[in-house]
This record gives sequence, structure tokens and C-alpha cells, in this order.
Amino acid sequence: MTDQAYNFAYLDEQTKRMIRRAILKGLAIPGYQVPFASREMPMPYGWGTGGVQVSAAVLTPDDTFKVIDQGADDTTNAVSIRTFFERTAGVATTTATADASVIQTRHRIPEDQLSEEQILVYQVPIPEPLRFLEPRESETRKMHSLEEYGLMHVKLYEDISCHGHIATSYAYPVRVEGRYVMDPSPIPKFDNPKMADMAAIQLFGAGREQRIYALPPYTKVVSLDFEDHPFEASKADHPCGMCGAEDSYLDELIVDDTGGRMFVCSDTDYCEARQAAGHKGKDAA
Amino acid sequence: MTPLLSVKGITKRYGAHIGCADVSFDLYPGEVMGIVGESGSGKSTLLNCMAGHLVPDAGQVVFDTRVAGPTDTVTMSEPERRMLSRTDWAFVHQHARDGLRMGVSAGGNVGERLMAVGERHYGDIRGKAADWLERVEIDAGRIDDRPTTFSGGMQQRLQIARNLVTGPRLVFMDEPTGGLDVSVQARLLDLVRGLVRDMGLSAIIVTHDLAVVRLLADRLMVMKSGHVIEAGLTDQVLDDPQHAYSQLLVSSVLQV
Repeated sequence: MTDQAYNFAYLDEQTKRMIRRAILKGLAIPGYQVPFASREMPMPYGWGTGGVQVSAAVLTPDDTFKVIDQGADDTTNAVSIRTFFERTAGVATTTATADASVIQTRHRIPEDQLSEEQILVYQVPIPEPLRFLEPRESETRKMHSLEEYGLMHVKLYEDISCHGHIATSYAYPVRVEGRYVMDPSPIPKFDNPKMADMAAIQLFGAGREQRIYALPPYTKVVSLDFEDHPFEASKADHPCGMCGAEDSYLDELIVDDTGGRMFVCSDTDYCEARQAAGHKGKDAA
Repeated sequence: MTPLLSVKGITKRYGAHIGCADVSFDLYPGEVMGIVGESGSGKSTLLNCMAGHLVPDAGQVVFDTRVAGPTDTVTMSEPERRMLSRTDWAFVHQHARDGLRMGVSAGGNVGERLMAVGERHYGDIRGKAADWLERVEIDAGRIDDRPTTFSGGMQQRLQIARNLVTGPRLVFMDEPTGGLDVSVQARLLDLVRGLVRDMGLSAIIVTHDLAVVRLLADRLMVMKSGHVIEAGLTDQVLDDPQHAYSQLLVSSVLQV
């Protein structure tokens, strides 16, 4: 059901070529932010225009596409982007992580381990990890090129002095291959260790900021920390209410107005697969 | 003895206008040099050229580095120069706001240079920050307060602590007492004098306040219209000025 008014995957071939060039450069220099000529997309900035452009550039007609938003396949953002590529590229779509060859994501990495056959595309709001510490882009670029990353630790220092521990819980800065400090997009820090040594290619697209960066497979990714305050991948200390999983990242849901709440997997596909396999949590109907 | 800093023929022009012209001098370890002159005489331009903030049109700034000995900092690579400016050099701005991160706590401000040179142990960084706050007479209990809550004099002292924490050998000061009232000025000068003596620092102090150089500087240069018109020992220049402009400058000081 491809909409014939558009080229395959919406963007014209020259644009896709330009984006692929940026992706290749990003893969060659892991963690380096490559500028690219981001296009207007038929959706507002903040809805994943960067991720959509990267997905459009890597999709082929044989691909199977999956979109997740905060871990879920059924939220507005995920549904609309999935439908967008169904209409403009006619690719097969899926909600099963294992069946997908290209996965576009916002705020999460799937719980299932990804394979070498897969590409993970992140939507990035602010690609510059130093932005809120040093507002001048000319200066942050210089800091990246000269590897002056002391300032990043000032932020973590401030966290500890205010809260007693490193309170940054998402968009937790990482060092890639001992070189570039990178913003992993607003994924929870629980997901940070998954980025290291991942078999799949990881691509990051920031549409409004016009930057693409990338991690090739099996890249060394280290979360920044202090010797006496080591990095800790934290999650809510509960099992999933629906599937009973103890190892997955959880959403907290308020279920009534008397303080009742439940914790469920944020990765809907992971949770459903476990329930189908017979696992049951304490809140399951 | 090798001079710590050797300035040779520094010239900086802003188009047809002269910032500073053909300035040369040597600064030896432990020595404090004062540069005085009226507004627009080129003293800040000269200081910024020496500290690497401005690129001079001609001349050399040779610094005796720990690793490679005397090296021209104008022609050295930018990473090396920036490394120098966070280790062996310090720069105290006239306005503390220019030299501090106002959104970061006092402890974070002092710790930044430590983290910039690779310190990665939170407890050590915090301990050193607290120690330095004490040394500049700021209550260690204010370590987590932001500089915005500090008075002007405290901000200036915090800026000094932030700069001296990595044990630099050369401090550039641009009007360090500007905008402070006289009693706070006196305390700050007292503090700086103590630190310079204790740490054996060399310093270059730019000011238009002759009392500051009288207290701090061993030697003095008087600048006018971009040129050095008189140089010598501080007491000698202030008590027996030779050049007509120096005489005017000295006689302009109000006596209470």
C-alpha cells in the first residue's frame, strides 16, 4: 500500500544519500556528532524527526520495521511513525523485537538482546552532552576536539553534593572508545550498559539540532563516574506486576486515588512475550 | 637563572589603532610585576596577549614549561596552550562572574580545574575544595552554595581559590580589586600577598590602582597609549617618577 506520490521511504534519493554519508562518517568516528542537512518532516520537531530521517535512509524494501516509544509499541508516537513508513515505504512492520531488522526507539533500548542483523535508531532531542554546562556551541566543539571533558564531571560532582549520589537518571553521559563523550539520548541509565559491546549498529539522529552520531557494533561505551561513586544502573526495586520479570526496566502506574500503584515492564513486547510463555505477576488478571 | 616568563616585542593592533606596541620584559620565579596606566593604555590587551586570550600581531611570550623548558606560547599548539592555562597558569578576572560558573556550587567551581586535569575521586576533590575555601577565608559550610549567594568580595576570593587549586606557577590578574569597597580590597590584598609569598607564585597584576601595586608588586611598568613609558622597582617608580606621565599619575592619587 505504498503511497505512490512519494519516493520510497518519503525522502528523495539525494537526501537519503546525504544522510547515509553522515551515518558512515559517524560510524567511522564513534561518538562524534556529524552535522547533516536535516529536512522538514511531516511531523513536529520533538516527535522524532531525526530518527525518522535516519530510518528512512537505512530502510530497504525487505526490512521489517519496529517503533518503540518509552518501550511501548502502542503509544501515539510509535503508532504514527510505524504507519508513516507503512504508507511511504510499504515495509513490513512488527512489534516483536526479534523479528525486526530496523528498530526506531525513543527513550529505551529493548530488553531482548539485539543481533548483528539489526539496526537500532535513536531519536535524540539534544545531542550535545555539554550543552547545559557550556552554552556556546563553538566552545563545546573545541572541548570535544581537544578532549577537555573535565566539565562533564562537574555536573556529576554537583549531583553528589546536592543529593548524596549521582542523581542523573537518564541521558547519562558516556565515553565512547576512550575518546568522545556522548549523550546517549534520554534513555534511562539502566540501559547504558546495554550500549556497550552491542552486536547491532546504533544510530542516533537529532532532527532539530541537525546532528547524526553512531556506534558501530561491539563498541566500548563507558558511563562516566567517580572512583568512590561508581556508576550504577538503577531501576525500581520491584518485579513486574504483569509478567513478574525482575530484570526489566519498570514503569510506575498510579491505579487509583488512594495511593495504589503497580509496576510494569516499560518494554511491552518483552512483557507480552513473557506472559504468553506463562509467566505471571501479582497484579495480572 | 632562567626567567619564568620572557616577553619579547609583543605588539597588538586593532586595525590602525595600537593596542600595545613592542613590549618586552622578563619575569623571574617568585616575582610580582605590576602594570599600571590609565584606561585604554593597553594594559589589558597586553595581559590577554600574554595569557593566550588574544593572538599578538608580533612578538614572543616564552614560558619556562615544566616539560620542555622555555617555549614560545604564541606558536605552541592550542591543546598545549590550553593545558598550560589549566595547570601552570591562572587568570583572575576583574569581574568574578567572568571567571566563575555562576550556576555551579562553590565546591564545584574549585573542583573544576582538578577534574579538568584528570582527578576522578569525589572525596579527594571535595576535601581539596574545602581546604581551599578555608585558605581564602570562606566558611567551608558554604561549599554547596552557589556563587550567586556570595558577596562581591567572597566571589573574588572564590575565583582566586578556583585558580590556585592546581598549584599554578604564574597568575595573571586583571584589576583583581576593581569594584570592591576599600575594606574588602584591603582584606583581599592581604590574602593575595600571603598566598603569593607562601606558594612562591609569580604574578602579573594589571591595575589602575597605585595602592595595589605598592602593596603587591616588586616591579612596575607604566603604560600609556600602548607603550611602556617607565619601568623599574615599584618604590623607585612611585617615589621618584621620571616620565612626565608617571609624575602626573602619582600626583593624581587622592590623599586622605
